[in-house]
Amino acid sequence: MTVETAVPAPAAANDLRNPGMALDLAMFEGHAVNRSAAERRAASLTTRRSVKKDWQAAWLINAVRCIDLTTLAGDDTAERVRRLCAKARQPLAPHITEGLGIAGMRLTTGAVCVYPTMVTHAVRALEGSGIPVASVATGFPAGLMPLHLRLEEIRYAVAEGAEEIDIVITREHVLSGNWPALYDEVAAMRDACGPAHLKAILATGDLQTLRNVYAASMVAMQAGADFIKTSTGKEGVNATLPVSLVMVRALRDYLDATGHRIGFKPAGGMKSAKDALNWQFLMREEMGRDWLDPHLFRLGASSMLGDIERQLEHHVTGRYSSASRLALA
Amino acid sequence: MNKIMEVLDNMEYGPAPEDSAIVRDWLACHEAGFGHFIDGGFTKPSDPFEVTNPATGKVIARVSQGAATDVDAAVKAARAAQPKWAALSGHDRARHLYALARHIQQHARFLAVLETIDNGKPIRESRDIDIPLVIRHFYHHAGWAEIMADEFPGATPHGVCGQVIPWNFPLLMLAWKVAPALAAGNSVVLKPAEYTPLTALALAEIAREAGLPKGVLNIVTGDGETGALITGHDGIDKVAFTGSTEVGRLIRRQIAGSGKALTLELGGKSPFIVFADADLDAAVEGVVDSIWFNQGQVCCAGSRILVAESVAARFTELLSRRMETLITGDPLEKSTDIGAIVHPVQLARIRSLVERGRAEGAQIHQGSAPSGCFYPPTFVTEVEPASTLATEEVFGPVVTLTPFRTPEDAVALANNTRYGLAGSVWSENINLAIDIAAKIKAGVIWINSANLFDAGAGFGGYRESGFGREGGREGMSAYLRHPAPRAKKPETAPPAPVATPVEGMAASAIDRTAKLYIGGKQARPDSGYSYAVAGAKGPVGLAGLGNRKDIRNAVEAAHKATGWGVQTGHNRAQVLYYLAENLSARAEEFTGRLKSFGHSGSAAKTEVEISIRRIFWYAAQADKFDGAVHQTKSAHVTLAMNEPLGVMGIACPNAYPLLGFVSLVLPAIAMGNRVVALPSQTHPLAATDLYQVIDTSDVPGGVVNIVTGERDPLAKTLAEHDDVDALWYFGTAAGAAMAEAASAGNLKQTWCEDGAARDWTTAQGQGRQFLTRATQVKNIWVPHGE
Repeated sequence: MTVETAVPAPAAANDLRNPGMALDLAMFEGHAVNRSAAERRAASLTTRRSVKKDWQAAWLINAVRCIDLTTLAGDDTAERVRRLCAKARQPLAPHITEGLGIAGMRLTTGAVCVYPTMVTHAVRALEGSGIPVASVATGFPAGLMPLHLRLEEIRYAVAEGAEEIDIVITREHVLSGNWPALYDEVAAMRDACGPAHLKAILATGDLQTLRNVYAASMVAMQAGADFIKTSTGKEGVNATLPVSLVMVRALRDYLDATGHRIGFKPAGGMKSAKDALNWQFLMREEMGRDWLDPHLFRLGASSMLGDIERQLEHHVTGRYSSASRLALA
Repeated sequence: MNKIMEVLDNMEYGPAPEDSAIVRDWLACHEAGFGHFIDGGFTKPSDPFEVTNPATGKVIARVSQGAATDVDAAVKAARAAQPKWAALSGHDRARHLYALARHIQQHARFLAVLETIDNGKPIRESRDIDIPLVIRHFYHHAGWAEIMADEFPGATPHGVCGQVIPWNFPLLMLAWKVAPALAAGNSVVLKPAEYTPLTALALAEIAREAGLPKGVLNIVTGDGETGALITGHDGIDKVAFTGSTEVGRLIRRQIAGSGKALTLELGGKSPFIVFADADLDAAVEGVVDSIWFNQGQVCCAGSRILVAESVAARFTELLSRRMETLITGDPLEKSTDIGAIVHPVQLARIRSLVERGRAEGAQIHQGSAPSGCFYPPTFVTEVEPASTLATEEVFGPVVTLTPFRTPEDAVALANNTRYGLAGSVWSENINLAIDIAAKIKAGVIWINSANLFDAGAGFGGYRESGFGREGGREGMSAYLRHPAPRAKKPETAPPAPVATPVEGMAASAIDRTAKLYIGGKQARPDSGYSYAVAGAKGPVGLAGLGNRKDIRNAVEAAHKATGWGVQTGHNRAQVLYYLAENLSARAEEFTGRLKSFGHSGSAAKTEVEISIRRIFWYAAQADKFDGAVHQTKSAHVTLAMNEPLGVMGIACPNAYPLLGFVSLVLPAIAMGNRVVALPSQTHPLAATDLYQVIDTSDVPGGVVNIVTGERDPLAKTLAEHDDVDALWYFGTAAGAAMAEAASAGNLKQTWCEDGAARDWTTAQGQGRQFLTRATQVKNIWVPHGE
């Protein structure tokens, strides 16, 4: 017996924006995801790879490039947003960037992520920085608003200057297996985004099973999502490595089928520099180097940046660092 | 551009070396060479050989080649220390093992780094897998020492254990051997592999530090000759070996008839079955954890991937991509996936086997590896069941990939091997997965996982992968002896059968011809000869003079009775109760038969009565000899299932022509085995009378086959038969030695005892021990979670 090694060749990868495709249930229905195996792989991923010294510094700097520096709190104010944007413009203290020898690269975070009513403050604060403003929308975080209002919220945020829209999906559509409803909803949202990129938040903590996560990922991509994102940060369980592994494999399968490269954004619960490295290892191992660039990978985090900055200060000075000596986000 | 800017561009991992300074210092301290560890101290180095770091080729130590005098000294020390060690309370032994576990834990990184330098395995594995499992094993067995008296009442240690271990998991294999041996109260003489002796010597230092009594653990280094000196030593009571099937066979022959207990953990060519409904990414990662773990130098590695045709193309694509991302190289690098092959000799073997495969037409797909003692991850397509790479154990990172059509096809391919160590089954369908797990002939099955180990589960093989288990309750019992009765007067060889007409045969109403009983039918012996059966007052009848062809036919018939082993215990019990009922109905006739052999009336009556009770006892056990669910990892169900051995040969003692036969055949068939029985050579007619009872009791044809004749030549044919899975021999010492030696061909399990040792009329004649001997444990790992 022989193995038929001539698989249908994966579609040639391109850098076009994902146009989406017709809903195709065959791409995810019956797709097996074994939780125990995903957990084992996630656990060994972080022990199989290690970066030290200059390499560690570089990987942490790269994480900064990929951070969507986020504030999504009820007590957000214009001032709070301005402070966050200042940090996004200058994520590391000057003595650190100089010590690392990267002062010339104009390091910023990947984006700033805020509520729709804060977009205008962020846009103003980031003017000339080239840092895009991302806005959550669609009744974030639960998403249980009438669809026309959610679409209107997207249009509002885009009009305010948001270049990226982090939408939330209706979890009910996943839990009830109503894939056409989910597809239509995301496709309508994509339409409402216009030129702004759409990041689809799956709220994986609510979806619970990894099969649900895989299916929801695939439907969101078929409906035209530019990024798929794990969590709002408000679910009981936010970004985890096993969930991320499953979503990344889904976007790999979508790439194989269509040639379109989808971005991935884990969000919520990631606080440490070690987390930043672990998620990058995941991307590098499963998808390769390209998925370490901000146009295909973002880390949705707020406090993570502070820990990265402390680690990098230690790299520069050789002394362990104190947060109180570094600028707040 | 500075380094950081450069890395920001290429995003490479860069060097992340494990610091080995402390281990290098330790090796420098021992530059003069290592002696053996005997009686609590190190001997002066003598007759040294070099130990190298395979990753660099550099000599890292000189170690002594153990000679006969060293082995003598070690065995003497172990003998002297053992009684006192065994006399300690379980609690006191537990404290020692607990201390040892603690001290190993405190030296964990030292041992991990040393293991990596000595063996070439990646530091990730020695640090995260080998050493943690070693520690777990000692803790687990500290527990067994504590509760041994309660959990194994009446059991005693064997005495001195001679243990020989391989180079693939040097310290872990030591732990698997030493921890249960010491817990049970044995003392140990252990030889580590000559390629990788250093962690064993380090452990000796740790044992000394932890205060283990002198002489309880002795380490003698050396090559295979030293190993043979240990296993063959008269002062050794129990031999445990892990290594190649070839050497296992040599040891089986070497110690045949010595009375030494033996467990063997040998080679494998384990199947890795991927069904169409599996999580293919998970299965691909399973391959990484399986054959691309420890450079593929893993006896239980899934080295034959069998994949459903419908997903073979996608699976191959994913496997190929994953292979590309594996990093082969410096084992001390934290980002290394595949380290160095243990020794250039092993590398040459891997290369030559792969080249043979290529010459046979196999397609070789490989990742990359640096020059030196490294071999790239490899998978091979277009192999046939007969291909070199599909049959030979490569012991390298080389796996074959073969498509299958149906579950039945998968099982047939999976079992098409002389080995039976492990198997991996990938399917999201629990019905299918468990069904396949039950059908694979192997001692360990991992469902949707691979290479999971835990001290609480048994590990060990079927078929030519050896016998005995390590880990769990079943592993612990391998280091315990159940008090075995001794014969006051050993059984002597019965007189040779007289196959010519005799004088003075007692007349009966209608002449009855006792035949052989094969496949549920009475069969004339192939030879065409009969021999006279002696009674108290001259010959009482004729029995068929069976020969090797009758054995062949009987074994074939036994194999055809496939339904018996998969029936419910309840169904088998019903059949056995019916057998007892029918024997009871003919009790008088059997009593008469026994009397004709010279039994007194009461002795004959007692033998028949006890036979009936014994059948009842085993009928009762047929649905009660349960397995276990081991406590291993969280979110894992680890089943330990008692499975029948398969086709068993049973040579019955001469005495107790009815009860001896019943006592041995019944436990075997109650557990689902099929049996080729050689009844009492001198008085076979009680057994041949029984076939009529068997016939009328709904025992399916082929489950019990009876071949009368000269016991030892027939037993030898059974021992040599490659399609017989186990042999029980109850007869003479010479016969036992013959049976053990002849069983080495397919490494069948044997149970040999003096035929006169047991008083079959007492409790000695039945018990759980018989059931344990009639079964083998299959451990099935089922991880769960959705």
